[in-house]
Amino acid sequence: MSPNLVLVVVIGVLSAAGVTLLLERSLTRVVLGVILLGNAANLLILVAGRAGGAPIVGVTPEGEMSDPLPQAMVLTAIVITLGMTAFLLAMAYRSWLLLGHDEVQDDLEDRRIVERALADEAQNAADRGDDAGDGDPDDAVASAAAFGTVGRNA
Amino acid sequence: MLVLLTLYMVTALAAPALVRWWGPRAFYLLAAAPAAAVAWAVAHTPAVRGGGAVVETYPWVPQLRLELALRMSTLSWLMLLLVGGVGALVLAYCARYFRADEPGLGRFAAVFVAFAGAMHGLVVADDLILLYIFWELTTVFSYLLIGQNTEKRASRRAAAQALIVTTLGGLAMLVGFIMLGEHAGTYRWSEIIAGELPGGAYLGVALVLILLGALAKSAIFPFSFWLPAAMAAPTPVSAYLHAAAMVKAGVYLVALLAPAFGGQPTWSLLAMVAGAVTMLFGGWAALRQSDLKLLLAYGTVSQLGLLVLVTGAGTRDAALAGAAMLLAHALFKAALFLIVGIIDRRAGTRDLHELSGLRRRMPGVAVTAALAAASMAGVPPLFGFVGKEAILQAFADDPAVLAAIVLGAVLTTAYSLRFLWGAFADKPGVEPTATRPVGVAFLAPPALLAGLGLLLGPLAGVVDRLLAPYPALFGATGAHLALWHGPTPALGLSLLALAGGALLFALRERLRPAQERLRAPVNGATVYGRLTHALDRLSVEVTGATQRGSLPQYLGIILLVLVVLPGGALLIGAPWPERVQWWDTPAQLLVGVVLAAAAVAAVRTQRRLAATVLAGVTGYGTALMFVLHGAPDLALTQFLVETLTIAVFVLVLRRLPAKFSARPLRSSRWLRVSIGIAVGLVMSGLALAAAGGRQAVPISVDFPEQAVSYGGGRNVVNVTLVDIRAWDTMGEIAVLVVAATGVASLIFLRPRTGPGPRRGEPPVRPPRPQPEWLRGGPALDTRRRSIIFEVVTRLLFHTMLVFSIYLMFSGHNAPGGGFAGGLVAGLALAVRYLAGGRHELDEAAPVDAGLVLGAGLFLSVGTGVTAMLFGGEVLQSAIVDLYLPLIGKVHVVTSLFFDVGVYLVVVGLALDVLRSLGAEVDRHIEADEQRPTADDVRQEELV
Repeated sequence: MSPNLVLVVVIGVLSAAGVTLLLERSLTRVVLGVILLGNAANLLILVAGRAGGAPIVGVTPEGEMSDPLPQAMVLTAIVITLGMTAFLLAMAYRSWLLLGHDEVQDDLEDRRIVERALADEAQNAADRGDDAGDGDPDDAVASAAAFGTVGRNA
Repeated sequence: MLVLLTLYMVTALAAPALVRWWGPRAFYLLAAAPAAAVAWAVAHTPAVRGGGAVVETYPWVPQLRLELALRMSTLSWLMLLLVGGVGALVLAYCARYFRADEPGLGRFAAVFVAFAGAMHGLVVADDLILLYIFWELTTVFSYLLIGQNTEKRASRRAAAQALIVTTLGGLAMLVGFIMLGEHAGTYRWSEIIAGELPGGAYLGVALVLILLGALAKSAIFPFSFWLPAAMAAPTPVSAYLHAAAMVKAGVYLVALLAPAFGGQPTWSLLAMVAGAVTMLFGGWAALRQSDLKLLLAYGTVSQLGLLVLVTGAGTRDAALAGAAMLLAHALFKAALFLIVGIIDRRAGTRDLHELSGLRRRMPGVAVTAALAAASMAGVPPLFGFVGKEAILQAFADDPAVLAAIVLGAVLTTAYSLRFLWGAFADKPGVEPTATRPVGVAFLAPPALLAGLGLLLGPLAGVVDRLLAPYPALFGATGAHLALWHGPTPALGLSLLALAGGALLFALRERLRPAQERLRAPVNGATVYGRLTHALDRLSVEVTGATQRGSLPQYLGIILLVLVVLPGGALLIGAPWPERVQWWDTPAQLLVGVVLAAAAVAAVRTQRRLAATVLAGVTGYGTALMFVLHGAPDLALTQFLVETLTIAVFVLVLRRLPAKFSARPLRSSRWLRVSIGIAVGLVMSGLALAAAGGRQAVPISVDFPEQAVSYGGGRNVVNVTLVDIRAWDTMGEIAVLVVAATGVASLIFLRPRTGPGPRRGEPPVRPPRPQPEWLRGGPALDTRRRSIIFEVVTRLLFHTMLVFSIYLMFSGHNAPGGGFAGGLVAGLALAVRYLAGGRHELDEAAPVDAGLVLGAGLFLSVGTGVTAMLFGGEVLQSAIVDLYLPLIGKVHVVTSLFFDVGVYLVVVGLALDVLRSLGAEVDRHIEADEQRPTADDVRQEELV
């Protein structure tokens, strides 16, 4: 089977653009990156099958049909990308609503662990202390903030 | 035996309810389960007395050759009696020990009975894997029992420590079992022992691993530290788990395996050295304790060391002595623990420096304790004496071991005296302790156990005959248990130990400095603490190094792996195509150039809307590529999705700033672009290699023929979706339902369900005489209204809906289908919403979006299940040709209903998105406009 160079190049360009956008911090750009990558992936799957006439019996002779299997796979992927896009946009909107911007923040809890590693502390150093309480209440707030359930002045 | 295990299980499950009804008295009823086990074992005594065994086998997991193989030989019989008998007595004791308001008593009762059941299973399991399962069950239940007091940190830590140490040993043991089992080809111990054992280092490694498990379970050095810490448990738990049952599991295992491995030097050396060290260290430590319970705990550690030493020796006389001592220890140690519990409850303390004068205040308890402690010290005529005598006799010709055992016996005598003195003696300068009276029912269980120790002493000959089959596994003839052997060296050593112990106790004040100085150089608990701390540190370092918390960084690493691994593989040797062609049609080049340019521009632009439109251009370009490739269904879907996507984007972007925020550093931008280009190159390479690597005939060559004959449709892609690969589609629509629900839950700050939208918020309709084009229109701000748009919408909406339904029905034979139809309907709704606002959307679709989604999923799943009900495979379709009056011949394929489900799910998704990102965001905007500042709104919405 001989591949089609135009499609190969288009796949490369779309992926490159998609990845560049995906690595951004703005959620809107991330969504656009996902869309571009989705288009690239759909074309990639399509290229794996043969090109030809529409795969409809009676319209195209069987020998000249394009490969229907990749098409069926891509079709559902297209609609799923729509669902994904809507979901990510909803996240961007919620982030804007709660934090005033749509940028992906670093995870506070992860950063806290990094600080612990730098200070050569153990994870549950608190657990060796007194009997006062089990969970550090600050931890709960921090992780909730990271998930966007608490406002920016929390 | 299975019946008994079931009885235990049922009793454990019923325990919480029983305790709730009757309070602590329910423990008397719960004691029936272990008592039944004892009765069963007693009834089957004749079967095992002659050296036979009671065997029950049930298939369980034949694929793993795993059977519920249960086997009761003499050793198991002895353990069953101990586990059941002591279990029943301790449960009866619980009825008095616990107050009715004890927190978590129901759970405690259930876990306790379950533990007894697991212990029962452990000692009758013949299959080593089954034994391991029960072994771990006892570990887990003991964790729950030790940690019964969940409020206390010490209790939780002790429980976790016991769990970790014994599980670690258990895992090592499992590996040893597997090594044995794989070599023998069976996991039935009775068969392994009959077959040939592996030799050399293989056996040595397996034995060491198994011993590790046994030693950890029985708190033998170097694992001893968990047992004293586990004294945080309620006293009945200590009496049962840490005297009679769980810690004995390790001894039991050693005794079970000893007939086969006793002669192995690794085995006996390890067992005897570890046992001796534990015995001496534990006994010495017991002399230091001032908490009676801890004194007993260290005493238990010491005695367990002795038991492992004796049973691990692997000679006939040692085996008999070990079995006798196992019995004796369970009787006196359980009794002593129970007595500590009584003192704790009635006097309010266990500290031997605070207790004074209990001898007179509770004489019954004192006598019982004296009996049990005398048995522990090995005073004739108690059964403990018989056991100790037998041990001394068994090692008569091994001076080194004998010396260690005598020294251990000296220590035992000394701490037995210390216990009695500490609990009951009058101490000068200490006020007599105030106590409450001890009821008969409270004292009965320990008294019974201690009394048995007295009774069995003279009956040593009977016990000898009952236990005889176990030592017979080692050799036919040898020593016998007896109270009076005559003036033997063993008797002399026994008396020497008693005298030495008494002397040691008498000199206790002068020895105190030595006790303070002479401690074990390495403390197991410290080592454990350091190890767990080091693990904690390691995990923090590893987590800190890998989880930086930055999404771009994670993605970058994942993408770099994509570049390095598949990219590297491509460079090393990919199946590159033999020839390539530039294009199928020249139009592809034109579309490709536009597509690529739009993609690059989308990356560069600073404006959100422009970026969205440019991304849309790539989407439409992709759709054209589909057309040129020969995929009309894809092209149709892509066009529709792209349009809807842009609409959704615009709905959100109206709330976000027009421009992206300031660009980050230039260096990171170049890094991102480089990763992007590298990934792009790899993707292009993959596309080439995938096309070039094709060797087999595609599976889809038969699809066209199958689509017509089985699927009853001519559009191969659609038949693939709803029939050939319908499972895929099922998964995809499930994802859509989840995504739609996710969108709604992210946007709606109040519940989405509730009264229907029509009733909930009727559009405010000013009285107007003339008819409206759209009923929701008047609710809009006049500045936002466009009459032309409203007119067009009015004219188009129903046409679009009819077209969408047509697409769905015709999709089986022509481009279209449920996805495309649903998207058209979704677009129609979007148009209605854009023209008439959110009230118009409610007018157009007066249903809950969740209902539509659910109905669609239900219909699709239902179609699949219906096929199964009719005897077909799931999702198999049937072709029905009907003749309907007026309409004529109708050709129906059942997969059409599946496609209707898909249609509904897509419509539901669109509706949910419009309701959330459209209507609900409108409401947010309106709320913002009515309030002074946006910040206030946000804060209120957070609450």
